[in-house]
Amino acid sequence: MNIAMNTLKLNSLAWNCAKALPCLFLLLGTVPAFAEGSRVVATGGGTTIEGSAGGGIVPWAVINGYGSSDEWSATAMATGVYVDDFTLNVIGASLSFDNRFELSLARQTFDLDTMGGELGQDIFGIKYKLAGELLYTAMPQITLGAQYKRVDDFAIPQAVGARSDWGLDVYIAASKVFFDAVAGRNVLLNGTVRATKANQTGLLGFGTQANNDYQFVLEASAAVLLTDNLALGIEYRQKPNELAFAREDDWQDVFLAWFINKHLSVVTAYANLGSIAGFADQQGWYVSVEGTL
Amino acid sequence: MSRLLLKLLPVAAWLFFTGCAVQKAESSAPQVNSKNSTSSQHTLYQALGGEVGLSAIVDGLLARIATDQRIVHHFQETDIALFRERAIEHFCLVADGGCVYHGENMALSHQGLNITQADFDALVGHLIESMKEQQIPLSTRNALLKRLAPMYSDITYH
Ligand code: HEM
Ligand code: HEM
Repeated sequence: MNIAMNTLKLNSLAWNCAKALPCLFLLLGTVPAFAEGSRVVATGGGTTIEGSAGGGIVPWAVINGYGSSDEWSATAMATGVYVDDFTLNVIGASLSFDNRFELSLARQTFDLDTMGGELGQDIFGIKYKLAGELLYTAMPQITLGAQYKRVDDFAIPQAVGARSDWGLDVYIAASKVFFDAVAGRNVLLNGTVRATKANQTGLLGFGTQANNDYQFVLEASAAVLLTDNLALGIEYRQKPNELAFAREDDWQDVFLAWFINKHLSVVTAYANLGSIAGFADQQGWYVSVEGTL
Repeated sequence: MSRLLLKLLPVAAWLFFTGCAVQKAESSAPQVNSKNSTSSQHTLYQALGGEVGLSAIVDGLLARIATDQRIVHHFQETDIALFRERAIEHFCLVADGGCVYHGENMALSHQGLNITQADFDALVGHLIESMKEQQIPLSTRNALLKRLAPMYSDITYH
C-alpha cells in the first residue's frame, strides 16, 4: 500500500513536470532573445511553492533565472511536498527581465490524503528589485514582492471560518551572498517580512470571521554553497494562527539544492509543517525540479 | 523541529566537512604552486599559483573574453598585451602578492566604457571558469572573488 502510494506520488511529480514544460515553451515562443543568462550559476535560487524565486518555502530577494541587465529569463518548475497526511503538488512558471522584474504563476493542489478531498489555489506573483546586488554590493539585494492568491473552491475554507476566497501577500526580502565565509565556502543569508491574511498560505482562505487584519510574519533562510553547484540550507517561515478550528504552526525545512547547470536544478528538502487542520506533526519530503532558459 | 534538526545535523556536518568529496579531488590539484604550498607565509597570491598561476588564469580569461560576443566589443581599442600585464599585476596586488601595479584605479580605467551588470557577470563567469581550468580550489576561488566583487560599483555604469 505504502509503496503504491509513493509511486503514485512520484508519478504525479513526473506528470506535473510534463505539464509544466509546455508552459515554458509557450513562454519561449512569446518572448524574443533568450540567450543563456549571464549571471553566475545558483544565483537564481530555486522556486518556492508559491512560485517566487527563493528557497522552498521562503521567497528570497533574488530574481528567478539567470538573466542579468537587459536580459530575459524564464523558468518552469514542478514541486511535490509529501507529508504524513497531505500532499502538495505545485506547477509554476516565471518570466523575468533585467535582473529586476519577476512575474510568476503557480498552481497548487493540496490533497487531503487521509481525510479525502482536495484544496487548491492559483498564485500570481510579482517582484521588483529595489536596491543592492546579491554578489557585489555591501548592501544586501532588497526586493519588494506581492502574491495575489485565489482558492479554487471556497466551500471548505468558509466552513472552517475563513472570510475571503482571495488575498494579497506583500513582502520585502533582503538577500546577500558572503564570499569565503565559512570554511572557504560562500554563504547566502535571507530575511523576509511578509504582510498576509492567508490561512495555511491561503489554501484555507484569507482572514477570519473575527479578524480581517494583516498579520506580519518573519521568514529566514541560510545556505552554504558546498560547491559551485550544491547548496545546503535551512529555512524558517513564521505563520499566522488565526483560524479557531485548528492550530497553524510555523514551517521549517532543511534543503539540499543541486544546480546541475544554468538550465536544470533539483531541490530536495525535509520539511516540518507542524499541525495542519488538526493533524499534528506533519513531516515529510519536498522535491522540486526546475528548468531555466 | 529539534528532532528533525538532530536527525539531519550529522548528515549536514558530514557534507559540509567533506565538501561532498569534490573538495578532496580539488585539494590534490594545485599543480602550479606545489613548490610554494609548504612555505610558511601563505598568501592568496601563492594559493593562486604565484606569477605562473596568475598568468595562466589571466590568459584563460582573455581567451574567453576574446570569443564572447557579449563583451568583446569593449576591448576593441584595447592594447591586449598591455592589458594582460596590467591585469596580472592587478590580481597580484589584490591577492597580497606584493606586486607594483602600473595601471589606473578601477573607476578611472573603466570610465566611459559603460560596462553593464551583464558584462560584469559574464566576466566573473569567465574568471571562475578560468580558475577552475587551472584547478584552483573552491576556497581560493571564493577568496579572490570576495576581493574583486566590491569593485562592481567602480567598474560598472559610467
Ligand atoms: C591568443 C589570443 C588572440 C588571438 C590569436 C586573436 C586573434 C584575432 C584575430 C585573427 C582577429 C581578427 C582580426 C581582423 O579581422 O582584423 C581578432 C579580432 C579581435 N580580437 Fe582578438 N585575438 C586574441 C585575443 C583577443 C583578446 C584577449 C581580446 C579581448 C580581450 C581580443 C579582442 C578582439 C577584438 C575586439 C577583435 C575585433 C576587432 C575588430 O573587429 O575591429 N582578441 N582577434
Ligand atoms: C572584477 C572585475 C574587473 C577587474 C578587476 C578589472 C581590472 C582591470 C584592470 C586592472 C585594467 C587595466 C587598467 C589599466 O591599464 O590602467 C582593466 C582595463 C580594462 N577593463 Fe577591466 N576589470 C574588471 C571588469 C571589467 C569588465 C566587466 C569589463 C568589460 C566587459 C572590463 C573591461 C576593461 C577594458 C575594456 C579595459 C581596458 C581599457 C583600456 O583600453 O584602457 N573590465 N580592467
